[in-house]
Amino acid sequence: MGRDHDHADHSELSDVERRVRALETVMTQKGYIDPAALDVLIDTYQTKVGPRNGARAVARAWVDPAFRERLMRDATAAIAELGYSGRQGEHMIAVANVPGRHNIVVCTLCSCYPWPVLGLPPVWYKSAPYRSRVVRDPRGVLAEFGVTLPASTQIRVWDSTAEVRYLVIPERPAGTDGLSEEALAALVTRDSMIGTGLARAVGET
Amino acid sequence: MPYVSHADIGGRSGFGPVVPEPEGAVFHATWEPRAHALTIALGATGSWNLDMARSARETLPDYLNLSYYEIWLGGLEKLVIAKNLATPDELTAGCALHAPAPVGRVLKADQVAAVLAKGAPTERAPAGPARFRPGQRVRTRATPAEHHTRLPGYLRGKTGVIERVLGAHVFADSHAQGLGEDPQWLYTVVFDAAELWGSEATPGHSVSFDAWQPYLEAT
Repeated sequence: MGRDHDHADHSELSDVERRVRALETVMTQKGYIDPAALDVLIDTYQTKVGPRNGARAVARAWVDPAFRERLMRDATAAIAELGYSGRQGEHMIAVANVPGRHNIVVCTLCSCYPWPVLGLPPVWYKSAPYRSRVVRDPRGVLAEFGVTLPASTQIRVWDSTAEVRYLVIPERPAGTDGLSEEALAALVTRDSMIGTGLARAVGET
Repeated sequence: MPYVSHADIGGRSGFGPVVPEPEGAVFHATWEPRAHALTIALGATGSWNLDMARSARETLPDYLNLSYYEIWLGGLEKLVIAKNLATPDELTAGCALHAPAPVGRVLKADQVAAVLAKGAPTERAPAGPARFRPGQRVRTRATPAEHHTRLPGYLRGKTGVIERVLGAHVFADSHAQGLGEDPQWLYTVVFDAAELWGSEATPGHSVSFDAWQPYLEAT
């Protein structure tokens, strides 16, 4: 579909675009890749996998104590109940924020991130400022996200150095007792599941 | 040549402020999703493993000046050349100039969903009992590794506490060097921030990482 159009104008290519095209062309001509598989992969990570998956898991945990218990005991299995599993989420652990204790996830060595529940990571998560500093000055980093926690709150930073992937379960906002699971999921932001944000309050955008 | 990872930046200063971005902005140029998809599709050939890919990326000399998908692209170019899937002249020419070498698998479009859903679990049967138990104090290895490792520099030679035993997993250090899976016990180890950062540590702050047993010794 888009491929022919994308490939039309060679003269306009940047160096990096030329390199990607060269690699794709050589690998295709040699039979190592199926171009149609690339299209499926691109579509998957642009439209199917993203943080709304994780938000559904969080909202379920907020309304269903038995699910929350399963999520905290074996997050891989509990998340698979919702249909999310696989690459970069093979070994999941859920860490719950509670009053007085806040969790933040980082990968200081690269960009490890729980793809099945959060999709692909935002640029800042993969970039040097966050990776270098959140392990040393978490409150300073949180301030750059507009988050201030009480001075008494304990902060745990999880550096995901192996193949275990972490999902933060943010605290359920106050005043949400009557909300549906779907409405609750809308309050769960991507950043709140990394720990650099909090779940939205009702009416907050 | 000594092994140098340019990715081991935990605790370093001077990189400036974090720039948050809105949810949904996953790719920022049309070549980025293609580079990402190429990485997965070529990884599926089995010509290298994930730890070799991380090693290829972190040793790019200009790592810190590249965007993240530029790092992935650079790592991929290195790997396809190192594993004889392409030659430098082919990548320059942008077309195949030599006969293909056999690969383990070619990922087909109709296999993508199942392959992604299956993933690549790294837990394995342990070769022996775990050496450490929750609550035990351990010290991390102090010396730098001369190869890919997942023991960050800022956590070398530090004393922490075993919090959780995570099972035996493919050992990244061995796997990246082509030495097989070499499964080792994996633990969550927790450090008080004062152990890592001294007097500048924030009160009530702790850091944990996931450590394979060879990174640890009893105190």
